Amino acid sequence: MILWRWARAFVLFWVDYIVGDDWTVAALIGVALLATWGLVQAGIPAWWLLPVAVVAAAAESLHRAVRRERP
Amino acid sequence: MNVSVLISTFLAATIEVIEMVAIVVAVGVTRSWRAARLGALAALVLLAVLIGVLGTALQDVPLRPLRLVVGALLLPFGSQWLRKGILSVSRDGWATGSGEERVDDDVPPGFDWKGFVLSFKGVSLEGLEVAVIVVAFGAASQAFGSAVIGAAASVVIVGAFGLASYRWVARIPRRALQLFVGSALVTFGTFWAGEGLNVDWPGGDLALVWLAAFYLAAALLLVRAVSSWRSRIPPRVETGQPAPAGAAR
Repeated sequence: MILWRWARAFVLFWVDYIVGDDWTVAALIGVALLATWGLVQAGIPAWWLLPVAVVAAAAESLHRAVRRERP
Repeated sequence: MNVSVLISTFLAATIEVIEMVAIVVAVGVTRSWRAARLGALAALVLLAVLIGVLGTALQDVPLRPLRLVVGALLLPFGSQWLRKGILSVSRDGWATGSGEERVDDDVPPGFDWKGFVLSFKGVSLEGLEVAVIVVAFGAASQAFGSAVIGAAASVVIVGAFGLASYRWVARIPRRALQLFVGSALVTFGTFWAGEGLNVDWPGGDLALVWLAAFYLAAALLLVRAVSSWRSRIPPRVETGQPAPAGAAR
């Protein structure tokens, strides 16, 4: 039982660490990492993709957050 | 004493040590110094064990997958901080939070495990890279002593600079600091994940500089964009009451 509680707390810690307030940011970053890997494998320059994806994910998430907090 | 090995190791290690110290100071100032110190200490103990066990075989440790894992874990976490920082600054202004002890709402009253993990990852990854540099430079010239002194000097000098900069960093209002630290975390996360994926960064290690500038500029633009979105969004129409004419426009 104690082991189960520890395992659960461990998993929840990492989920909260990675997902945080908005799971779509982590999901978009995951897709961007996969796409970067694909471009590198194909021999196409991929250095631009991660920075663009991170900013796009933040912008999209912020826009939704602002819509949710409307008065 | 081999001076050329000492200087080469010092310069190569300094790049890694700057990244290491930046992460620890960022975690300490914005979350918890206790977690930052313990995370760094745990990483140094792990490194000492690895160096003791592996010795010169340390050169064969695959750093690329390690960089990918650390970078991929740092990216979403740093993005959350950047997002929160942008929301806070656009809502409360740049000066809000002066004199506050903690920034993040999710820093627990007890031990801050997230801060510990952040500090541990940064120090263990960069420390491992420093250890590999020492082994590689030392083995190439049969001058381990000079390589160790070069790396140790780098740790002492950059560490002292980090301690000195802490007082300056602590003067930055907390909400703004959250935005800056978020930018720094996504910068390191992007760079390390990219290195792990074999991305060819323009400028090599200097990519850290332009990535930091890019993320900071993007964050400043997003602060303005969020303020603009807030002013444009119409108020929520209460159900059950007649909406005033033009309220939904």
